[in-house]
Amino acid sequence: MSHRLALFGGVYSNHLALRAVLEDVERRGAGAVWCLGDLGGFGPHPDRALEILRSSGVPALRGNYDDSIGHGRGDCACGYTDPRDNHFAQLSYDYTAARTAADHKRWMAALPEQQRLEIGGRRVLLCHGSPRRVNEFLWESACSDAFLEWLCEAHGADIVACTHTGIHWHRALPSGRHVVNVGAIGRPANDGRTEVWYAELAVNDAVSVEFHPVAYDHDELAREMEAEALPPEFVETTRTGWWTTCLENVPAPERRRGRH
Amino acid sequence: MAATPLPLVGAPSPARPEPDAGRYPAQPLHHLDALWIQVAGTLCNLACTHCFVSCGPGDLRHPLMSRGEVRDRVAEALALGVKEIYFTGGEPFMHPEMLEILADTLPRVPCAVLTNGTLFTQRRLETLRALSDASRCALEIRVSLDGYRAEDHDRFRGEGSFARTLDGLRRLSDHGLLPIVTVTQNGDEDPLAFRARYITMLREAGVARPRLKVLPMFLLGRETARTRGYLEIETLLDLPAASFDPDRLQCGGCRAVTAKGVFVCPLLVDEPGGRMGGRLDETLGPFPLAHGACYTCYVTGMTCANG
Ligand code: SF4
Ligand code: SF4
Ligand SMILES: [Fe+2]
Repeated sequence: MSHRLALFGGVYSNHLALRAVLEDVERRGAGAVWCLGDLGGFGPHPDRALEILRSSGVPALRGNYDDSIGHGRGDCACGYTDPRDNHFAQLSYDYTAARTAADHKRWMAALPEQQRLEIGGRRVLLCHGSPRRVNEFLWESACSDAFLEWLCEAHGADIVACTHTGIHWHRALPSGRHVVNVGAIGRPANDGRTEVWYAELAVNDAVSVEFHPVAYDHDELAREMEAEALPPEFVETTRTGWWTTCLENVPAPERRRGRH
Repeated sequence: MAATPLPLVGAPSPARPEPDAGRYPAQPLHHLDALWIQVAGTLCNLACTHCFVSCGPGDLRHPLMSRGEVRDRVAEALALGVKEIYFTGGEPFMHPEMLEILADTLPRVPCAVLTNGTLFTQRRLETLRALSDASRCALEIRVSLDGYRAEDHDRFRGEGSFARTLDGLRRLSDHGLLPIVTVTQNGDEDPLAFRARYITMLREAGVARPRLKVLPMFLLGRETARTRGYLEIETLLDLPAASFDPDRLQCGGCRAVTAKGVFVCPLLVDEPGGRMGGRLDETLGPFPLAHGACYTCYVTGMTCANG
């Protein structure tokens, strides 16, 4: 019997994409769905996505963004090191913190940081950045198999699913374990396409992972971002599918695939 | 064209009061995320006045590591679950088998090479790009600059080296290798303005998508003769255990190897007390942060790693 699990993360206040993703999940009929965190940032009107998510009943993890907003911390704790990246991150953080309802903040602060599931006899660990740190960036090109095997082993997992970087990937490890970065639905994947991505994990005798691109009214989102005076750099990303900021932590191969 | 070699000073850091290991914070190794491999030992084509391992032409205090030796170290590190490998020297491209070593290593683990950027032949660049394209793992080329003007950089590195390094950066960029430019900052200049100045200069020099990593300056090696060594007050001695954050320092996630053994971190390969053992699995215990450089690390929260 096959178990299918839909996994998405990095909502980044993109309420239009969130609605489209939830519809896509529904249409494909996965048995369960989880949100791996980072509900705010980047996009407009943070409460809109929060209302959609909460009324959908989809369970969510507390990403670094949700932890910061939920606890009223000074910054998003995304873990950027470059001053320009931090500058843009702070603009959207201050915008988001000022416009998120107190009730949503309390809800976010109480979300779990990780979730363990047992699916088809396999131990699945859902987390935000990595099993060991909420804001660790797990980029595909920056992780050896040896490291990913160690991460799974050290955290007692056969399948690890994470988000936080914004670019999706899947690695089937030599031991039969799997690591999946489910990508982000709030912002395109720096691939020149305006769709956003989520993952569907199927577990039966084998494990397989499929990534689904989801189109949504990105022009409408871009207009809302402009009306909210969010940075033009963010709007450009929404319209073009190319990242313009938060680029300095991106390793060379992923960055080479992008435009900036 | 070789840079004018400067005299090899190699002054050790000034002696400290007998380190009483128990009175320094002990940094645990959480996991071996990064292994630094000083593949070219202390051999370099330059002899910068601030070099923290006092490298230079003909300097073999730490000899070159053989290809087999590197392969063995990488295997040891992979068995421990290493995430990424950093190749340093001296100047890694002084090693006659650097490309072969990368060809051995890159298929299995992400690699970064820290270079002064003055030794890129066309064949080397093409091979590097081909190696990078053939691997799922990232190849990062990191090039250091010591100023955004030739006169600043050349004061440290020798006349003409700025132009040669910029030329290397431009050609790396032309080959799509997206070099990371490492610069040192010690002043209080606004980080955004500091960054913008370098990025503008690099773009104008033809580096299409410049990436920047800012590091503090360490008072180690030849730098101690250029400026000064660490003072007695620059210490973590008797730092209260409660105020010590064990997640702050890179030595919680790295070790460094040279032909002479395993060291706690890439900064202390030439400093008393830095060597921890012969094999990696002997060096997984905590390290007492007794060196003046540990003070710089702690105060700045820096890491030599890319991220
Ligand atoms: S700083 Fe780098 S380039 Fe300069 S002498 Fe030392 S190893 Fe060579
Ligand atoms: S110099 Fe820095 S990285 Fe090295 S042992 Fe001291 S604190 Fe750790
Ligand atoms: Fe995140």
